[in-house]
Amino acid sequence: MTEPAIEFRSVVKRYGDASAVAGIDLAIAKGELMTFLGPSGCGKTTSLRLIAGLELPTEGQVLIAGRDVSRDPASARNVGMVFQSYALFPHMSVLDNVAYGPAIRGTPKAQAQARAREILDQVGLAGLEARLPSELSGGQQQRVAVARAIVQQPDVILFDEPLSNVDAKLRRKVREEIRALQRRFDLTAVYVTHDQEEALAVSDRIVVMDRGRIAQVGTPAELYERPATPFIASFIGDANLIEGQVVEGRFTAPGMTLDVPGQDGPATLSIRPERITLAPGGPDRVMTATYLGSRMEYLVAAQVGEMLVSRPIFEPRLAAGQDVSLHIAATDVSRVA
Amino acid sequence: MKAFEGRIGLIWSGLLLASVLALPWFKGGAIGASALAEGVAGRAWLLPLVAVAVALTALTFLTRNWRVHQAAAALVGAGLAWLILQGFGIGLRGPALPGIELLFPAAAAGQPGFGWGAWLAGVALIGALAEVLAARGFCRGERFAAFSIVGIVAALTLFVFFPILKLMSAAFIAPDGTLSALPFLARITAADLWSVGCLTGAGRCGVVINSVVLGVLSAAFATALGLALALLVARTDFRMKRALRAISILPIITPPFVVGVAIIVLFGRTGVVTVEVAEWFGVRPSRWVYGLPGILMAQVLAFAPVTFLVILSALEAINPTLEEASTTLGARPVTTFRTVTWPLLRPALAAAFLLAFIESLADFGNAIVLGGSYDVLSTKIFFAVVGAQYDLGQAATLSVLLLALTVAAFWVQTRWLGRASYVTVTGKSDAGLVAPMPLLIKWAAVAAVLPFVIFTAGVYMIVLIGGFVTDIARLEMSPTFGHIWTAFSFEVGDRGLQLFGSAWDSMITTLWVSALSAPLTMGIGILTAWLIARQDFAGKRAFEFGTLLSFAIPGTVVGVSYIAAFNVPPIDMTGTLWILVICFVFRNLPVGMRAGIAALAQIDRSMEEASQTMGAGGGRVLADVVLPLIRPAIFTALVYSFVTAMTAVSAVIFLVSARHNMATAYIMGRVENGEYALAIAYSTVLMLVMVVCVALMNLAVGRRKLGRRTAVTGTAQPAQ
Repeated sequence: MTEPAIEFRSVVKRYGDASAVAGIDLAIAKGELMTFLGPSGCGKTTSLRLIAGLELPTEGQVLIAGRDVSRDPASARNVGMVFQSYALFPHMSVLDNVAYGPAIRGTPKAQAQARAREILDQVGLAGLEARLPSELSGGQQQRVAVARAIVQQPDVILFDEPLSNVDAKLRRKVREEIRALQRRFDLTAVYVTHDQEEALAVSDRIVVMDRGRIAQVGTPAELYERPATPFIASFIGDANLIEGQVVEGRFTAPGMTLDVPGQDGPATLSIRPERITLAPGGPDRVMTATYLGSRMEYLVAAQVGEMLVSRPIFEPRLAAGQDVSLHIAATDVSRVA
Repeated sequence: MKAFEGRIGLIWSGLLLASVLALPWFKGGAIGASALAEGVAGRAWLLPLVAVAVALTALTFLTRNWRVHQAAAALVGAGLAWLILQGFGIGLRGPALPGIELLFPAAAAGQPGFGWGAWLAGVALIGALAEVLAARGFCRGERFAAFSIVGIVAALTLFVFFPILKLMSAAFIAPDGTLSALPFLARITAADLWSVGCLTGAGRCGVVINSVVLGVLSAAFATALGLALALLVARTDFRMKRALRAISILPIITPPFVVGVAIIVLFGRTGVVTVEVAEWFGVRPSRWVYGLPGILMAQVLAFAPVTFLVILSALEAINPTLEEASTTLGARPVTTFRTVTWPLLRPALAAAFLLAFIESLADFGNAIVLGGSYDVLSTKIFFAVVGAQYDLGQAATLSVLLLALTVAAFWVQTRWLGRASYVTVTGKSDAGLVAPMPLLIKWAAVAAVLPFVIFTAGVYMIVLIGGFVTDIARLEMSPTFGHIWTAFSFEVGDRGLQLFGSAWDSMITTLWVSALSAPLTMGIGILTAWLIARQDFAGKRAFEFGTLLSFAIPGTVVGVSYIAAFNVPPIDMTGTLWILVICFVFRNLPVGMRAGIAALAQIDRSMEEASQTMGAGGGRVLADVVLPLIRPAIFTALVYSFVTAMTAVSAVIFLVSARHNMATAYIMGRVENGEYALAIAYSTVLMLVMVVCVALMNLAVGRRKLGRRTAVTGTAQPAQ
């Protein structure tokens, strides 16, 4: 394997007694888009700022392109960052904003501006160079922020919740633009979000963080289909958690048995709502049936407990109060504890 | 990048080397009298510093990165410690620390104070210290921030805390020069401090009682007046709103004494009003205005605008929907005012009161002109130092008392009130209409404000015409430029421009001091604000409290403490222009700082972080991003420090010398001699000069149009 673009080695960041990052080890490959996902206060933004150099680790090392930068200030690292608020300089034109980085690092002004024009052209902002940031739309401002972050060919580009200031309707489009740019320039990118759908859509791999630690690392499909813990199962998408016992490879809970490999003992299984099938008639009962346009959602009172079930809209619909039987395939469950 | 880091290292070690090898080490020393030369010639205690300089320079050349090298930290620490130890250990006339002459026999002959070499060596060592700290992760490794913090802490220690400590120790020195607690106890329990005779009718009150009584009365009246003014401006359609706001600026640009003199001219024994009243009502003219009534009048006039601004901002911050809610629940206007508006205002009223109380205790100018036999702490301190019996111990004891009072008030204000304020401003729009003022309260406010306006008009009328008539105090009203000419006569002859007027020297010094201190104050103040608002570093809270604390030290105390600290080596600088400049810089620092912090709070921090991630170090971030966005705060800080430097009197009165006299000190001399017309004429010129200078600053700093960009937050604004 080639050298990782970014590496965390036993990184800890403490503020007084509180640990924002409580010891993480992680390698991010070159050209990869890695997302830090987690609830607020989980340490994902702190981790991003540790890469940027806006925070320095209390313990451990951060390596960028194989070099230990743990003690280097932000200005001595080669990273680009897109801020939540974009942080465009309101007193500078679009061109000056983008040419700022190269100029700071010693590129002659004319060259810096030529480079900035080039990048602005590539992100589709040609002709707006002389505008002030306040004279652009939200989406345009976002593209200026991205252009400014990639103009110096950084070792890594960091996105700090870049969609939180974008209109809900525009999010999908902007997110695809970001992904396309990242692929086109073959950038290593680290992306922070608390929105699991956004994370699934945009990432090569996702790091789910919880209380300063890494809960699981994997591709979107791995995380969704094989969550490692109850926390991940319920944080990414909806999940039904079933508690029971495993005895000699068989999981038993009230009213159900499944073949589940693994150690004997108490166990928790996770099953996604759309993986459960319902058949009319049986021991379970539909409590509520909700029409959501693209699908039906049922809350079913089963022997194992209340289960959330999601079915395609074209299947025969069930009504609240109807008796049903619930079917779960062993291949569709993950053991999360 | 690496080469650059090496160069910075060379700057500090090079500066250090130059300061010990080439520059005169002692104050007033000859060009060749460097630390090396002096050390070889017998003052052997300077040689370790030379060794440190050479070793540090060698280290920067020999190691790959000297900043992280253990030896660098040891060298820098040892160098700084030795610089301070030898400076304070060996005084002008010999060893200050006993035993040091055994180590260095030549120390018995003493040494002069720090000269250029010693000062620059200190700066170089502090710079190197910041580098060493930054390399160890201080300030997230930002060397500019590290240097700023270390430098400001060093400067504050030297020019704020060291003088105060020195002053406190002076309070414990007996007349024969020995150190003991007895003289302090004797002085601090003296009857002329604490006597309550005036209340019981048995003689006069002690000076502490006088000060507190004056402070409480003055603060109470000023707060009441400020409240009346604020209510009229914020809550009514009173016609003179604009005029009232304008009046609030006047005291800031008015030199002290002027109001006092105007009050004497109006109400003194031969005063304009006194004489008229005597004629009409047959009241015998008396000297009633000298003492508590006069000082009180002048102080209320001076502090009301301050309390007005504090209360006004609180009043405008009250969310009108709260009052609307009260009205919709059926409350009449008076009830709404009593149950909603008033309780919400209370913290601001308390804040205004304490502010005025502190100002009153610190006030020197009015008390000295109008005090008569009514002694307060600030005047008593003054006479203990400049009077016939020079008694630094007495002055120091009184200063400690005064300091304790103001710092206590300041502490109450920041700690207790800090928690009690109700901020009802939210990001949401509060589209409500303010409740109408109850008529009763409105007319009460008008009744309070009217005399104030008439009085202010009278005072400034005197100021306007007093300098241009023969003798306003005796109502001899024939117009003349004689006073101006006495002060500012000049001649353009064969030998060019010649200035004859008696006021030119002080005027020129004042301009120099103001022009030097204003940019320094602004620079350090804004830098400090930026450090506090934007940097995280160990000891930040103590740093912040230390800078704010210098705000609570009354000018008189600062003056006395500077005399106590800077009259003798190693830092002897009394009688120079620099001590005046330094005094102003550190006194006005908190104002620039507060303006800066307020402005920075409006600016999204991520803009600076963006600049950093693009490769800008702390200095560039400040220059490229922060400063352009906080221009108004810079302007405020600049103007305030300039104007204060031109009008302040309490601290400088101790620090002026024959060579470097200041305008206010000169005017005070004229007032003491009864030359009121000349004093008023000079004050008028001073105010004019200030207005012109402020206009020039406005041009220079400029308020570059920010276009229609109202948001400096950098957040997205979808196009319309």
